[in-house]
Amino acid sequence: MMFKGFNDFILMGGHGLYVWSAYGFALLVIGYTLIRLAMDRRKVIELNKKRKSEELDS
Amino acid sequence: MWSLFHKLGSPRPFYEISDRLLPILGCLTVIFLSVGTIWALGFAPPDYQQGESVRIMYVHVPSAIVAQSSYMIMAIAGAVFLIWRIKIADIALQCAAPIGASLTLLALATGAIWGKPTWGAWWVWDARLTSTLILFFLFIGVIVLRSAKEGSEAVGRATATLAVVGLVNLPVIKFSVDWWFTLHQSSSFSLTEKPSMPVEMWLPLVVMVAGFYLFFFYVWIFSVRTEILKREYRSQWVRFIHDV
Repeated sequence: MMFKGFNDFILMGGHGLYVWSAYGFALLVIGYTLIRLAMDRRKVIELNKKRKSEELDS
Repeated sequence: MWSLFHKLGSPRPFYEISDRLLPILGCLTVIFLSVGTIWALGFAPPDYQQGESVRIMYVHVPSAIVAQSSYMIMAIAGAVFLIWRIKIADIALQCAAPIGASLTLLALATGAIWGKPTWGAWWVWDARLTSTLILFFLFIGVIVLRSAKEGSEAVGRATATLAVVGLVNLPVIKFSVDWWFTLHQSSSFSLTEKPSMPVEMWLPLVVMVAGFYLFFFYVWIFSVRTEILKREYRSQWVRFIHDV
């Protein structure tokens, strides 16, 4: 570990705001991507179900 | 080998093979990204000039590298679609674009965050930054154009052409730091040369780059599978997948 304590780790030698916002943004991008994947898949499954039932009706 | 390529070119075998591949890929992604992040934040050494802000590198460099690779992959898919008219290449192109756009945005954002304490400015209009911004707009252009008409082959061909033409931007990004005077440092990291940083720094960086590549492939394959379900819903095999 490169830091003496938790406080040191958060402060990042005065660059804390920059370092943590960069990693926060990365987390945001990854989180957004994963949510988009799950929602897209659910939407397509719903759509296919609808298509199926429409075919049965006609 | 050739028959494997052939198989992956058609939707059903691709769906079935990737079904087994995806969980492994997901696990590897989680392992590489968490090990890399802990290593980068807690155990990599500070830079003797930049101090702790150098830790931004472990997000910035991988996202920039993989963003450019995803453009390359997208353009290759576009070329394959233009030459052989393989449907899955069109899907592959369509699914690579949003990931590439997100990663380019991440590279730009972390670059700005790193630039502020290091150069004293969030943004400068220099060659590396500007050409990366163009990369972002190319991804956006591909996304918008492809969404003009879903599943249409003509739109697919137009999008593929845009993706292939946009390839000229990649060498511009790569060599921008050599061709023009820029604030951005030149590459200290390549496949062929010994890195110009100590091993305690480049080893976690390699782990992060691998993690970002794994993430790209996980997301890419996942979206291709979703798009296959959407476009191939008339096929018997899609109907027999019970929850679809």
